[in-house]
Amino acid sequence: MSEQTVTSDHHGPAKGFMRWVLTTNHKDIGTMYLLFALVLFFVGGAMAFVIRAELFQPGLQMVSPEFFNQMTTMHGLIMVFGVIMPAFVGLANWQVPLMVGAPDMALPRMNNWSFWLLPFAFTMLISTLFMDGGAPNFGWTFYAPLSTTYAPPSVTFFIFAIHMMGVSSIMGAMNIIVTLFNMRAPGMTLMQMPMFCWSWLITAFLLLAAMPVLAAVVTMMLMDIHFATSFFNAGGGGDPVLFQHVFWFFAHPEVYILILPAFGIVSHVIPTFSRKRLFGHTSMVIAMIAIAGLAFIVWAHHMFTVGMPLGGELFFMYSTMLIAIPTGVKVFNWVSTMFKGSMSFETPMLFAVAFIVLFTIGGLSGLMLAIAPADFQYHDTYFVVAHFHYVLVPGAVFGIMAGVYYWLPKWCGKMYNETLGQWHFWLSLVGVNLTFFPMHFVGLAGMPRRIPDYALQFADFNMLTTLGAFMFGFTQLIFLYIVITTIRSGKKAEQKPWEGADGLEWTVPSPAPYHTFSTPPVIDAK
Amino acid sequence: MSRFLQLFCVAFIFYPGTVLAAWGLNMPIGVTDTSQAIYGLHMTIFYVCLAIAVVVFGVMFWSIFHHRKSKGHKAEQFHEHVTVEIIWSIIPFFILIAMAVPATAVLVDMYDSSESDIDIQVTGYQWKWHYKYIGEDVDFFSILATSKEEIENKKKKNPYYLLEVDNALVVPINKKIRFLFTSNDVIHAWWVPDLAVKKDAIPGFINESWTRINEPGTYRGQCAELCGKHHGFMPIEVKAVTEPEYQAWLQEQKAGKIAVAAAAEQEWSMDDLMSTGAKVYEKNCAVCHQAGGEGIPPVFPALNGSAIATGDIAEHLKIVMDGKVSTAMPAFAQQLSAVDLAAVITYERNAWDNKTGDKVTPAEVQALMGEDL
Repeated sequence: MSEQTVTSDHHGPAKGFMRWVLTTNHKDIGTMYLLFALVLFFVGGAMAFVIRAELFQPGLQMVSPEFFNQMTTMHGLIMVFGVIMPAFVGLANWQVPLMVGAPDMALPRMNNWSFWLLPFAFTMLISTLFMDGGAPNFGWTFYAPLSTTYAPPSVTFFIFAIHMMGVSSIMGAMNIIVTLFNMRAPGMTLMQMPMFCWSWLITAFLLLAAMPVLAAVVTMMLMDIHFATSFFNAGGGGDPVLFQHVFWFFAHPEVYILILPAFGIVSHVIPTFSRKRLFGHTSMVIAMIAIAGLAFIVWAHHMFTVGMPLGGELFFMYSTMLIAIPTGVKVFNWVSTMFKGSMSFETPMLFAVAFIVLFTIGGLSGLMLAIAPADFQYHDTYFVVAHFHYVLVPGAVFGIMAGVYYWLPKWCGKMYNETLGQWHFWLSLVGVNLTFFPMHFVGLAGMPRRIPDYALQFADFNMLTTLGAFMFGFTQLIFLYIVITTIRSGKKAEQKPWEGADGLEWTVPSPAPYHTFSTPPVIDAK
Repeated sequence: MSRFLQLFCVAFIFYPGTVLAAWGLNMPIGVTDTSQAIYGLHMTIFYVCLAIAVVVFGVMFWSIFHHRKSKGHKAEQFHEHVTVEIIWSIIPFFILIAMAVPATAVLVDMYDSSESDIDIQVTGYQWKWHYKYIGEDVDFFSILATSKEEIENKKKKNPYYLLEVDNALVVPINKKIRFLFTSNDVIHAWWVPDLAVKKDAIPGFINESWTRINEPGTYRGQCAELCGKHHGFMPIEVKAVTEPEYQAWLQEQKAGKIAVAAAAEQEWSMDDLMSTGAKVYEKNCAVCHQAGGEGIPPVFPALNGSAIATGDIAEHLKIVMDGKVSTAMPAFAQQLSAVDLAAVITYERNAWDNKTGDKVTPAEVQALMGEDL
């Protein structure tokens, strides 16, 4: 790859607040997405604090059961739709054009709108907390008829907020697909495309397929609530289980949407700090496509106890077990990349290595959950809570952290403080395991999820979990401090701050100028 | 902290799974063949996962230790090996098949609920369970027995805190018991870990499951599907007894039912109605309308001073007996006896500030119940 020499600075960003409202620049929009996710990370985290404080000891101490249910629901919705998804889209906005040598996203105005829908959607969602009857209290999976006939009046606002998030996600996904298909630098074939871009291309197709299904299911709820239909109302001839089938047909691809971009990030960080090329580039791509394909035929493994026929149970058990194969390939490839490399352990690498280990633990407990007969004992217990938090917190969130530490010098032209970064990592690592590992035990011992109070035998581990959760939560303030101080007063970063890094983003100066690749770079055949 | 240390040492060093269960760390082995088979599957897959983790992380940490830049290790440049990739795709495939075979066998057995000795219909209500012994004319509700004081930390919690009910489900050992699950309102899930029975109770649908308990004892469980604010407070208690004890219990239940019917024929004084009504209210109504009748508006309206509880008696009777469509207010005519209904309505019309002086007699309620039929 050749050095980028021509950078056009003939018009920089507009001045003042309107810059952020009107911007169509992928870097500005990426920054806004990331900051939005960061803010909501603390909002959703505060809700987790309420949950964990109540569960510190048996008995009801802090909040009423009604409010507890609102907290679990809002915590889930905010973390999934307001933190992990926007953070990934923010990373994509910054990195996709830089990594494929494009001057911007293909549809910049739509990009602006994709972002600006989100603050309004989440303001509306969070405002339900102050409404009569309280916020949605039926869990982030909002099973009917608890979320229809028996829901608080605020459910209508929840539905509208979900619609807005869906519109935002679909537009974001279209933008990424169009950019990757049309705006790669001349000579860059699809298979040469960097792994983060590949992971996002696949994610974007999952989003396009899954989000309309979510829109459909919330619209059916809206009809049941306000227009006297009976999609999910057994009293009117409807089927409550239909809700779960439609919901999980969306939500299973959704959980891969929440992890695939992290796969992409880790596939850059591991080779960089191993000073060795990614092992099995092609098989990594094939594995991700296989995972995405399987995502659409495994949804009912979330529903093993709803009373499906035996044939259905077996089909979904077998198809779910198959996911272990492509996922295994990915883990083996990362380990092989590290094998016989020349590794160093800066903060991004630490987060990436922890990602591989802890995500794999979440993956293995997922394999246990796939065994349908055993799932009758695991289902709806803290074992499930432990499983999905392992894939989402030290999985998706650690992936995002690795990406932020890795690319932050490129974004702001400053280097973060390595010592503080290491502190952030080690405290997060201890906190996250202290929080979620004991959940496996209480789940197996029989503690159901989504309860504000529990039997005495679960007390010790719940106390430990709460301590871990507070430790993990407060540790994230270090991250906030690091981000702020790096932007304000970090040491100047080099154009390529990582010795082993490879890719077009490192051919532009640090910080990346407002406009990059106005002239496409030339790609040498590898 | 020393307790935690102890637990962790025990968990990770040498104790087998059976001991872990006693510490509340692992899935209970349970008291049915199915629960034991599931426990076996669980431990097998756990050990397989552990072995995979040890191998993968072993290679990784060995590499992390040796192949460091700080140790002067130079990176090798291999980055592809098709044979290796095919091998590590195929080996997991065979491991998966090896796990799928026993899992399938257990599942097939779990789904065979034919030729049962006893059929029990289990209906979920917000937030209690109803059990009906089909063909026996025995049915009753089962409600959390833990006191409010214990939940609110005003009294020491007993060992079965949140896992105790007023009327336990009584079943004989060594008989095939078929459960038929349904729900009256939202989705619930009936789960007793020791029996390895967990099945959703879904309004408008009937799900089946079965068990055959090998040992007498009391087995406890909880609702496993979020069903509203008191989801955490609708436990399950199953008493497994010998066949003669079970038959004796059945007779007792039938006799009790006749006594309840006879009570409706009697003359009831205002004081007796009020004291019975207070108990019925506490158990069935206070969860939403609150002990002081203040409710949690707007979802759960107040009864104190409400137009219904101080207005027309017929309207009041109607809403309590038939419920209110599209709200959490159930039709109590199906849940309470004529005496209990009369008592609770009398109570609601005279408690707090509702001093209407109205008295509703069991006979009046019974007349209305006749009309409904």
